[in-house]
Amino acid sequence: MKIVVNGRTRSIKAHPMKRLLDVLREDCGLTGTKEGCGEGECGACTVLIDGIVVDSCLVPAAHAEGRKVITIEGAARTRTGKALQNAFVEHGGAQCGICTPGMILAAAPLKRGASLHEIKTALAGNLCRCTGYPAIFRSVEAALSPAFAKGLRRGRLGKVKRARSR
Amino acid sequence: MPVRVDALALERPRSLKAALSILAGDPALVPIAGCTDVYVSFQFGTMQQRRFIDLWPLDELRGIRVKGDTLRIGALTTYTELIESKVVNTRLPMLVAASREVGGVQIQNRGTLGGNIANASPAGDTLPVLAAADARVVLRSDRGQRTVPFESFYTGYRASVRQPNELITAIEFPAIRGKQWWRKVGTRRAQAISKVMIAGVRAAKGADVRIAFGSVGPTVILARKAASILQQGGSIADAQAALLTEITPIDDIRSTRDYRAQVAANLLAEFWNGTK
Repeated sequence: MKIVVNGRTRSIKAHPMKRLLDVLREDCGLTGTKEGCGEGECGACTVLIDGIVVDSCLVPAAHAEGRKVITIEGAARTRTGKALQNAFVEHGGAQCGICTPGMILAAAPLKRGASLHEIKTALAGNLCRCTGYPAIFRSVEAALSPAFAKGLRRGRLGKVKRARSR
Repeated sequence: MPVRVDALALERPRSLKAALSILAGDPALVPIAGCTDVYVSFQFGTMQQRRFIDLWPLDELRGIRVKGDTLRIGALTTYTELIESKVVNTRLPMLVAASREVGGVQIQNRGTLGGNIANASPAGDTLPVLAAADARVVLRSDRGQRTVPFESFYTGYRASVRQPNELITAIEFPAIRGKQWWRKVGTRRAQAISKVMIAGVRAAKGADVRIAFGSVGPTVILARKAASILQQGGSIADAQAALLTEITPIDDIRSTRDYRAQVAANLLAEFWNGTK
């Protein structure tokens, strides 16, 4: 089956009920997507399918066939993803790192200037066991703020590559 | 995943007609859609079935339409689609409230209303709403279509009147006149399976008060006696006493029988006082 992963079309030989999580990690070698609980509680395996946030541990490969999947590796090359990553670094939003890819992908569809309530709702399906949530919420709030984006353009937090995968 | 994927089989029909025909020839196939329950039961080892039929690509089963007084919601409509639908927000705010508390966004983007019914968990978040709203379940086989009142859909714990060759294609809701109420009590606000749930409709004069509870019996429970007492102007205490004869809560990993009974009674009072 063909799946467009991070902008690249891949031909994958996988059972249609193999979990998308396993297809990404084993068949695509993209280990940025983590398995936490394996039952849709923790959000560590969050990816985007056609821009929609899903838990890849609950998605059969069949449902990704012909679709565009974005993992943390792809998100890192987008403007939004880079902004989120840098904000997580600057505001202490990441500690052990297991939940971070999922947090970033769950936050990716949020609009600039989203309220704290909207951020909390977007991240309600993502668990973190180290930092506690305030640091994560602060990171996302910062990434979505106009000032942060301005700083990014000036290169304060490093060079931002143009999105290749969207 | 503890289950070997090679041991699984998946039929992938491209139309509803094809799906019904495959199912007629092989009724042992288990219909799947958003898969938010399927993979969880693989993980828990509670899924005995190994052969499935995938409904997810069947757009015929999606969509929200109003026809006369009836609101018709396709079985594959996701919780996110319910939350975002203007007409559902206007006509069935209690269904929107329930959908918002199903898992996180990731689950809301994949889980479907038809799937919640088919999975038949006593803790299914939308089920008390369907009972309180007097919804009807539309079932279809290759032989034709029938419509079953939701209140007589379940026959026991995880058992329903759906025949193996039938698919749930839509859910129909009559117009609701009166105040709607929904509340879920769980361990925490987000991502928790309920300990007790209530959905209620305090109908305007002339129509029935309908109150349904989740997670306090083998299936969703329509509390007819309690509703009738309240409707006829009886006291909340009398209604609560009647309610306790209608529900059959148990001790399990999530809560206790006593806690559930107490909270169900409290929720009944909260509903009645909150919809004055």
